[in-house]
Amino acid sequence: MSLDSQRLEMTARKLRRQIIRMIAGAGSGHCGGSLSAIDLLTYLYFCELRVRPDQPQWLERDRFLLSKGHCAPALYAVLAERGFFPEEKLWTLRDINSSLQGHPDMNKTPGLDMTTGSLGQGFSCAVGMALAAKIDHMDYTVYVMLGDSELQTGLVWEAAMLARHHGLDNLIAIIDNNKLQSDGVTETIVDIEPIADKWRGFGWEARRIDGHDFHQIHVAFAESKSPNQQPKVIIADTVKGKGVSFMEGVVAWHSGAPNAEQTQAALKELAADL
Amino acid sequence: MRTTESLPELQRKACRLRQHIIRMVGVGKAGHIGGSCSCADLVAALYFRVMQVDPAQPDKPGRDRFILSKGHAALALYAALAERGFFPVAELDRLKQLGAMLQGHPDRLRTPGVEANTGSLGQGLSIANGMALAARLDGSDGRMYVILGDGEINEGQVWEAAMFAAFHRLDHVIAILDRNGLQAMGPTKTRLDTEPLSEKWRAFGWFVIEINGHDFGQILNAFNQAKAHRGSPTLILAHTVKGKGISFAENNGAFHNGIMNQEQFNLANRELEAALDGLQDQP
Amino acid sequence: MTEAQPNRVTYGSTLVELGHRNPRIVVLDADVPKSTNTCQFQQAFPDRFFNCGVAEQNMICVAAGLAASGKIAFASTFAVFASMRACEQIRTSVAYPRLNVKIVATNAGLDNAGDGVTHQGIEDLAIMRSIPNLTVLSPSDPVTTRKAVLAVAQQDGPIYMRLGRNLSPLLHNENVDFQIGRMIRLREGTDLTIIATGNMAHAAVTAAKALSEQGIQARVLDCHTIKPIDREAILAAANETMGIVTAEDHSIIGGLGSAVCEALSECCPALVRRVGLKDCFASSGRDYRKLLAYFQMDATAIQAEAEALMQSRRAVKVPSMLTECPAI
Repeated sequence: MSLDSQRLEMTARKLRRQIIRMIAGAGSGHCGGSLSAIDLLTYLYFCELRVRPDQPQWLERDRFLLSKGHCAPALYAVLAERGFFPEEKLWTLRDINSSLQGHPDMNKTPGLDMTTGSLGQGFSCAVGMALAAKIDHMDYTVYVMLGDSELQTGLVWEAAMLARHHGLDNLIAIIDNNKLQSDGVTETIVDIEPIADKWRGFGWEARRIDGHDFHQIHVAFAESKSPNQQPKVIIADTVKGKGVSFMEGVVAWHSGAPNAEQTQAALKELAADL
Repeated sequence: MRTTESLPELQRKACRLRQHIIRMVGVGKAGHIGGSCSCADLVAALYFRVMQVDPAQPDKPGRDRFILSKGHAALALYAALAERGFFPVAELDRLKQLGAMLQGHPDRLRTPGVEANTGSLGQGLSIANGMALAARLDGSDGRMYVILGDGEINEGQVWEAAMFAAFHRLDHVIAILDRNGLQAMGPTKTRLDTEPLSEKWRAFGWFVIEINGHDFGQILNAFNQAKAHRGSPTLILAHTVKGKGISFAENNGAFHNGIMNQEQFNLANRELEAALDGLQDQP
Repeated sequence: MTEAQPNRVTYGSTLVELGHRNPRIVVLDADVPKSTNTCQFQQAFPDRFFNCGVAEQNMICVAAGLAASGKIAFASTFAVFASMRACEQIRTSVAYPRLNVKIVATNAGLDNAGDGVTHQGIEDLAIMRSIPNLTVLSPSDPVTTRKAVLAVAQQDGPIYMRLGRNLSPLLHNENVDFQIGRMIRLREGTDLTIIATGNMAHAAVTAAKALSEQGIQARVLDCHTIKPIDREAILAAANETMGIVTAEDHSIIGGLGSAVCEALSECCPALVRRVGLKDCFASSGRDYRKLLAYFQMDATAIQAEAEALMQSRRAVKVPSMLTECPAI
């Protein structure tokens, strides 16, 4: 499939604007990690996942789980753009009983395959889904996105061990490695490097890419489809806050809503006509 | 005080530990024979050669500490503590009795010499990390020795602890993986395969030494290397035989938590007596 | 002079105070020191602070290891993760061996409004209360939070303390007599008693003022210690007033309301109405107060329950069966 990088970039840019607006409107949310993940999510939902927005429960669909559930705004933005629900729902983020909760709620939002937010659990659930596919002899692939600091959580390694044990080659994990976590630079808190070696030590097939380069993303996913009894992990090096200059690489933008002035500045940088 | 047993003496000690293990389990009652016997040589080496501990002062600051993270192998620990003089050997006969000093799994409040309440797998390495941090703060040179089971490393907390120890360069944490290849419900390989082990631990930032966990020469050499190593914690990957030293228990999953009949009990005792006899003439 | 500020901020500054006084104090966190405010201790005493990353189970056991080595270990994260993710570690490695670990969990209840259900700890009091050897605290305002933190550092043994997220109004004066296990009377009254904990204490006082305008005089008790619960105060409330309304930013199952009912049913059955989350998960919300109102957990809800209690035909004073509640 030929890659229309320019179109993907435009879409991702638009979704970045949505993310900023959503979080500003909600008064809280996680800008940094949403912005670092959006290119990967754009590729997934527009080039990779076999899904049907008009049939969110289609049995043969590929599954996607956002294990780093705090970046829900990014997922919501791409789901809306893909047609799972109307765009105007985005502006209800985090409101009482909104269909768009602070963290993904599968019973409230069309297009969500799992309720996530407590780090490590989404990944574990993804392993379960991949197992189910094997048991049922179904062809769908399970994709799950984790954060880098999420790898500090023991549950991730329990699940990784199980996935390898069962030869879940229908499981693809994507690590949004933006190198910052809630409290600071990941390597200064509990360093998770060498990431690829860890996953290989757990029997996974690992590759490492630039998570903002659509071509590299495309190749990585294409190469991750081999039925070789090994689950796959794509370690995507990204920039937290990517796309908004004053957020890029800044720990403080892990969480917190931009004020009016910051929102305007961000939207200006992300303007469609640039 | 560190003891200075020779290799044959250590082998004799390990035999004694196994005799105590068999006697503690007895006839007709379940006991974790397999996992206690697989680590008995390692435990003997620790308590009779390697560790700086004082039975008269079990809480002495600056001491080496041992945590049996695979707490179900408590029989091995209790046997070693009794032989080393932390409490009277007679206490071994009261194991698990109501009000007794020796509980089914190690209890630091009830048993002198026990450092942590283990039994729930996966917690011991984290506790050792905390102790190592405290030792560092206090300027103490004490080492923290932890024995883990190979099934135990299914637990995610072990990997949290591993990552933490490496990040903090806790080179006074020395973990020993009692790799006997069997867990409660069957072979580790078929339950949840944990291989490749060395690669995992190295990727998590540990210095790894692989040994035969029943060869005292290799065991002592490994501990010497570990103690000399700086900058990262050490994992001694000890290949062992579950139930080692008891013919019917060796590599037999039934004796993870198995019951001996009278005949087996007698056979075990004869085998261990014979082993001891065979070692008597060695210095 | 204690300021009106979020209790977790007071927690952070009191930790620093403790750190200066006692070199045995060490502090751990699980990737959220800016939220829990252990970052204040981190800045003051970087060598005695350990950020364990996103690894709560490891954190609790590292704390256990430090405590077993003579330290006084404070370990913090969000209430939902402390009480549930690391529940077994608290039980087995801290409470069972009675180690000197103080688990101070912030962002409890619906006070973590925007993040939603995954981050709202609404079961922690129920879970922690059921663990032996564990003292459970839930202070209401900055004054009692500071006193509670100082008190737990003095008391040997395992503690669980929950704090909210947002600004906590000052309810007590600096000289209030704070004792673990003793409720503090915030307001006198003999018609009914409102027993509240944590964030709900302020709502209880507000409700009592509104009730007073209707001629209903409510006694208000600040229950900062959930375990051991102040059975004397509960017995007195049952004997001296018509009934009890409990209020907590927590499920109505297993927390303060349940603890009060347990105490009463053994000595002095009385009518109790529980204000809290009614066995349901809440939701994201942009404003904590609106969220409380939506789930009927604010001052208005307390007032309504009090009025209902007074109107109830069963609001008849029941003679006390015993003058003293037997200790369990």
